[in-house]
Amino acid sequence: MSGTASELLDFLRRRVTGQYDVDEFGFDPELTDKVLLELIRPLYRHWFRVETVGMDNVPGDSGALVVANHSGTVPLDALMLQVALHDDHPRRRAVRLLGADLVYQLPVLGHLSRKTGHTLACREDADRLLRKGELVGVFPEGFKGVGKPFSERYRLQRFGRGGFVASAIRAGVPIIPCAIVGAEEIYPKIGDLRFLARALGLPYLPVTPFFPWLGPLGLVPLPSKWVIGFGEPIRTDEFTPSDADDPMLVFNLTDQVREVIQQQLNELRLRRGHAFPPLF
Amino acid sequence: MTQTVLVTGVSRHIGARVASVLAADPAIDRVIGVDTVPPPSLSRDGGVPSDRVEFVRVDLRSPDIAQVIAAADVDTVVHMSLVSAPPRSGGRALMKEHNVIGTMQLLGACQRSATVRRVVIRSTTAVYGSSPHDPAVFAEDTEPGEHPGHGYAKDACEVEGYVRGFARRRADVAVSMLRFANFMGPGIDSPLTRYLSQPVLPTVLGFDPRLQFVHEGDAVEVLRRMATEDHPGTFNVAGDGVLLLSQCARRAGIAALPLPAPAFRLMGDLVGDLVRGVGFTGYSAYSAEQVRLMRYGRVVDTTRLATALGWRPKYSTAAAFDSRFATAARR
Repeated sequence: MSGTASELLDFLRRRVTGQYDVDEFGFDPELTDKVLLELIRPLYRHWFRVETVGMDNVPGDSGALVVANHSGTVPLDALMLQVALHDDHPRRRAVRLLGADLVYQLPVLGHLSRKTGHTLACREDADRLLRKGELVGVFPEGFKGVGKPFSERYRLQRFGRGGFVASAIRAGVPIIPCAIVGAEEIYPKIGDLRFLARALGLPYLPVTPFFPWLGPLGLVPLPSKWVIGFGEPIRTDEFTPSDADDPMLVFNLTDQVREVIQQQLNELRLRRGHAFPPLF
Repeated sequence: MTQTVLVTGVSRHIGARVASVLAADPAIDRVIGVDTVPPPSLSRDGGVPSDRVEFVRVDLRSPDIAQVIAAADVDTVVHMSLVSAPPRSGGRALMKEHNVIGTMQLLGACQRSATVRRVVIRSTTAVYGSSPHDPAVFAEDTEPGEHPGHGYAKDACEVEGYVRGFARRRADVAVSMLRFANFMGPGIDSPLTRYLSQPVLPTVLGFDPRLQFVHEGDAVEVLRRMATEDHPGTFNVAGDGVLLLSQCARRAGIAALPLPAPAFRLMGDLVGDLVRGVGFTGYSAYSAEQVRLMRYGRVVDTTRLATALGWRPKYSTAAAFDSRFATAARR
């Protein structure tokens, strides 16, 4: 008990005197593990009861690119993916997620996102992280995925320009297809306040059965049951780095990844069953 | 072979130190230091006391510099005379003229010279700007999304443009352009060190920028090597690692005062007016680029420099910061 108390004191002293390291992207592993992830762990364990499948497909110490579907109106799926790879992977991997530049313009969110190891979705940052052997995570659907209406749940949106595939080819790292089931039901988006969203410079402003009607209470995510599945790695090491400049090859591989994830989604959704098991 | 080095900007700290280090090098015969004002003392701050640095008072904006270069058969030019804040007398217009026109005159003189073989230019990582749309780490060939449109960074971008033009026209001259992160160390007096010296540190609410520093000793060493060996090209120069502004405040033991962005600028202006009112002219209000830096930060990749020189800075970013600001209470 005294051990933990002195650990806590050490931790506090390090934090107060600034004697800790952040990497060049601003990632603060200690703050992330001890504070930020700790705050969302109850959500992960008890609220969404996240289950992981196929974690052995994620390499232990080498670079890889996790490609996942994006959904849920509010991108909680990114945070849950981060907890999953940290807590449920035997090597406790810190996934480095690539986010939209909107995040980095906003106060608080921008620097919290950097401190938890995320960075801007751009070629330079992706290549740099993969070169360093980091586990990088992307959501190629972007806002199209996370902001899609409830009626389109579990239907993958378009996969951008396939920049993520090109990055994986350049670095010669495997692509790990990842399906996240459960996020679709947390904030069922049934409407969009487009006019207000445009005025606020946001990609969308959702209306859910509870928001904005219930005010702050409407911000509580629904306690759906989640499953996060990691599929078999798609190898890219048989290509040469210059193949990343072959648009045909990149498009084909992008499509292949997309199909694999869609199939994974369908399977995991069946396996999970009802979104709210104790209720329905 | 004899070597004669011309160093501009010797009345300021780093310029003075570079000049005296070069003067102490037995392979170098003459070091000529130029600036608009005479240096306080070339030997201060532990630099090698040397009467071997010959000071010539030249306003770089005038063509006189060409005569100096021609008369002394200068073969190496180290251009340190870029000022990062408006001078105490005269405003932004003077600063811009000093930076841009001064460099143009100097490069014009170098282009005419038959003896100049090596040119080393001090630039800044500020040329990359600071923005939420850019990669987290800038390499020398990263094209920033938006070019800085104000102040020092804009001057530096323009200076770099002229340097590139010069390098094209005189392919026989080895041109090294050094993009330095913020200088840090006991002898440095810059807008950033003044900002960090305040009893309470105003920060922009909701932002915690990543910063990098280069220790003055390392900066001098890089400049010395660049002035004595051929390393043509553009190089980022920064201490290893990164500090967040919040970490800087904690390491220095000063309280941070987060202010919303508009209040942050206003505060800078107010404090600026106040201290000028009591006759202290060394303070400058925050420029637009500083406010951006205090939001989005900036980090550069220094691999190219390490590879070219086979050397790494002795001080990391954190060590450089501690050399100036560490609290005495810490072990």
